[in-house]
Amino acid sequence: MSAIIKPVNQKAWFLILPVLLCVAFSAILPLMTVVNYSVQDIISPERRVFVGTEWFAAIMRDEELHGALLRQLTFSFSVLAIEIPLGVLLALAMPAEGWKSSAVLVIVSLSLLIPWNVVGTIWQIFGRADIGLMGAALQGLGIDYSYTGNATHAWLTVLLMDVWHWTPLVALLGYAGLRSIPDAYYQAASIDGASKFAVFWYVQLPKMRGVLMIGVLLRFMDSFMIYTEPFVLTGGGPGNSTTFLSQFLTQKAVGQFDLGPAAAFSLIYFLIILLLCFILYNWMQRVGTQEKEGGHE
Amino acid sequence: MFLTLRGCCWPRRSGAGGAEMARIELDLAHAYRPDPKQDSDYALLPLKMTFEDGGAYALLGPSGCGKTTMLNIMSGLLAPSQGTVHFDGRDVTRASPQERNIAQVFQFPVIYDTMTVAENLAFPLRNRKVPQAQITKRVGEIAEILEMSGQLNQRAAGLAADEKQKISLGRGLVRPDVSAILFDEPLTVIDPHLKWQLRRKLKQIHHELKLTLIYVTHDQVEALTFADQVMVMTRGRAVQVGSAADLFERPSHTFVGHFIGSPGMNFLAGRVDQSGFHCADACLQIPLGRVLPAGELKIGVRPEYLVPASANTEGALPVVVSQMQDVGTHVMLSATFAGQTLKARLSSDAAQYAPGDTVWLKLMCEQTCFYKDEEIVP
Amino acid sequence: MQLALEGISKKVGPQQWLHEMSIAPRSGAVTVLLGATQAGKTSLMRIMAGLDVPLSGRVLVDGQNVVGVPVRQRNVAMVYQQFINYPSLKVWDNIASPLKLRGEKNIDQRVRELAEKLHIEMFLDRVPAELSGGQQQRVALARALAKGAPLMLLDEPLVNLDYKLREELRDELSALFAVGDSTVIYATTEPAEALMLGGYTAVMDAGELLQYGPTAEVFHKPKSLRVARAFSDPPMNLLAASAQSGGLCLDNGPALALNLPASASPRLTLGLRSSALRVNAGQGDAKLAGKVELVEISGSDTFVHVSTAAGELVAQLTGVHYFALGAAITLYFNAAQAYVFDAAGLLLASPQRGGGR
Repeated sequence: MSAIIKPVNQKAWFLILPVLLCVAFSAILPLMTVVNYSVQDIISPERRVFVGTEWFAAIMRDEELHGALLRQLTFSFSVLAIEIPLGVLLALAMPAEGWKSSAVLVIVSLSLLIPWNVVGTIWQIFGRADIGLMGAALQGLGIDYSYTGNATHAWLTVLLMDVWHWTPLVALLGYAGLRSIPDAYYQAASIDGASKFAVFWYVQLPKMRGVLMIGVLLRFMDSFMIYTEPFVLTGGGPGNSTTFLSQFLTQKAVGQFDLGPAAAFSLIYFLIILLLCFILYNWMQRVGTQEKEGGHE
Repeated sequence: MFLTLRGCCWPRRSGAGGAEMARIELDLAHAYRPDPKQDSDYALLPLKMTFEDGGAYALLGPSGCGKTTMLNIMSGLLAPSQGTVHFDGRDVTRASPQERNIAQVFQFPVIYDTMTVAENLAFPLRNRKVPQAQITKRVGEIAEILEMSGQLNQRAAGLAADEKQKISLGRGLVRPDVSAILFDEPLTVIDPHLKWQLRRKLKQIHHELKLTLIYVTHDQVEALTFADQVMVMTRGRAVQVGSAADLFERPSHTFVGHFIGSPGMNFLAGRVDQSGFHCADACLQIPLGRVLPAGELKIGVRPEYLVPASANTEGALPVVVSQMQDVGTHVMLSATFAGQTLKARLSSDAAQYAPGDTVWLKLMCEQTCFYKDEEIVP
Repeated sequence: MQLALEGISKKVGPQQWLHEMSIAPRSGAVTVLLGATQAGKTSLMRIMAGLDVPLSGRVLVDGQNVVGVPVRQRNVAMVYQQFINYPSLKVWDNIASPLKLRGEKNIDQRVRELAEKLHIEMFLDRVPAELSGGQQQRVALARALAKGAPLMLLDEPLVNLDYKLREELRDELSALFAVGDSTVIYATTEPAEALMLGGYTAVMDAGELLQYGPTAEVFHKPKSLRVARAFSDPPMNLLAASAQSGGLCLDNGPALALNLPASASPRLTLGLRSSALRVNAGQGDAKLAGKVELVEISGSDTFVHVSTAAGELVAQLTGVHYFALGAAITLYFNAAQAYVFDAAGLLLASPQRGGGR
């Protein structure tokens, strides 16, 4: 409700000049470069032709792009469908207080601390039939498991890797949400004779709504832009079955040197993510105000 | 200190619709550690108390006195470290709140945000698999009593604090066989105007439905207006149990005298010997027929009973006025005598005194009580 | 330091939160902002402190407009509902912090003086978390007093404390405010608190400033029905009536002889404070017969809820009285103690006050 007082002291602007310069160099200038590439055909450093929206039109008709986009969307939604419920279940199972709670928190967050390409490498080795635990176990069970040869196996492995890597984030957010529920709600539910499921459905889940929305937002954004882990694990293969959007664009730009279309779609990519974040954020805000109005003093 | 209250003051009643109210008997203590050695190790010092079925009781005391602990032991959210709790003769010490069939209203409104008002009220019945037709009927009845019939289909989350508290109360009332309803400072977040209405509603419900109601608060007005019997507690001890009149006219402990009444009782410390009560250089005659032990003594008299008198009247002392406050309905006179503060409640058309004036106030009257070592001298 | 607010208003989103108002709190005295929750008291205090900018109007300190001046540059002390103290500093450091910022000498002596005034001198070495609610609030008060600011704002500081503690602190606060010469603004929802603190009262309701004046005057002469409603505890009894020659006549009730202006509207509202209703007839009293609905005994007073043909009434009787529910009862009151409001809610007549003042 409070308005921010306008600063009387204008000198503060000079203090943030270094930051502005850094951001300009690392973000704005490259962005401008991409825009530049997306509207020009750069045949050689000297010959540049302005082509307007031609690249945009071309890339939107590109079959390969459609394939990558579809795979990406399938991946993101699968990730959300698995990680959110799993994270919530994990949060419910974590102890609330005492030394056990600290120990569990540390163990659960371990996978979040690993550098992403190392995650890819871990799973790469894990899934190998000769030296990997999972690969060997599956071979032992009689399944002809190969993430390099079989597209389905590759998909499942990438999915499993992402779930292993990122479910703890949802669990931690859910845990924080659960801790903020006052005891009185549980006591009242107990007095009302509610079953454990009713307590979950009517007390815990509604109160975790805010943090879960943050979880959905973060996981969707991150999985929509995923690059390192699947790249290290499968390299996009077999074929292009696990080539997701960012990898596809990189291949186009750097591999095929098709800068124009790649730049064009990068911008579209950026705008899609921005739009989705905007929608999700507004939804969150609306839920947030509803909760505040309905919340207790 | 053992406090025993047994004895039926009210005949057994059954609540609305043949409900069974419970008679709650407590004989327990609750300590912070397994082997308590001194009073400060106890959250609740050993006590015995019976709450008759259909009665309205209040547990009154400052924060930290143990009243919420006692309430939680009664509701089953906490098990006492020693002793038992009986509902109608049944030992329920280790039983859960569901098994005891009690209802509790908390300090801040607890409602299920995702449900409407009707669904909130129906929730306890749905959990017991009561048929839908009965649920609808019962919810309608309770909404009528709470004056919320018009809001049954509104989302509970959007309502004001007092309406949400009514819903919390309604969830307790909706169960026809609820044994007792326990209130934990329920009017804390309510505005003063609405507090009046809710208090009145609670009293009406008590009269209509004849439920056993137990109310915890630190607000003496709430406690005294609501309950038939009030239990005053401090630091884990139940100091006095009595009706509003008892607690007001004859507080058995200086704490009760101080805590009840706004402002509390005036106390004047002094000594008693054969010639009377001495304080500083004044001597007051002890009223006829009273026998007081010699030695240190405190006299206690409520501001409502302290009246100005003419100079040198029997039992009066000269006090120096420090201020006179117009408190709307009456005037509060603050004065000092020998460094001790005395307050008197005078009517609005009493004579005006200025700070520094000397006034004679009659301390010894019918309602004056005498305290030795903080306990009343009978 | 003379604080004056001229034409202040504030909007929150689409809603007009504070309607245009002007108020000049009496310098050096206590001004109580009285109103229900969400009446706009906190918003007004924030504007006075400089934490918020008003949509329109000026905030004048000694004649100078300070809107836009950041709060750090204004000399203001504020105490909140939620016992705000520096959690990691000891009580001594908490109280000393404004003194250190000003570069004062003799900090230790001043800190001890203030701690003694507020009865917390034995806690100087502890951290606020180790203290009870009342003690934490005393630390916050000591810190505000240490600042010695000419403007002190207290936003319902006692609301999170026990009833008895509230009474004690209120007395102490009255004494502390009387000694200092800062302008104190105190927000509260309880009319009783306003009366105990004395000074001046500003009654607010739904974002509007209804009346400002000496507390006793506002209480005994409310300008309008809304003020009377906001400044009554227990609520004022309001009965509908019609104007008549020589006075008015209650709907389904007796006629009363009152001096009303000739231009009074035909429909009137009669207001009676609970303490004005008695069970013993006095000279010249009007009477209302009814049935006892409810009896509430609070020790020093008994509140009897009576339903009469003219309306529902609550009578406040001193002492403990017992009545059977449903019993017939007659209430007496004197027309001299009645408030009369016209159809628009404005005051037409109020009781004469005896005993001078």
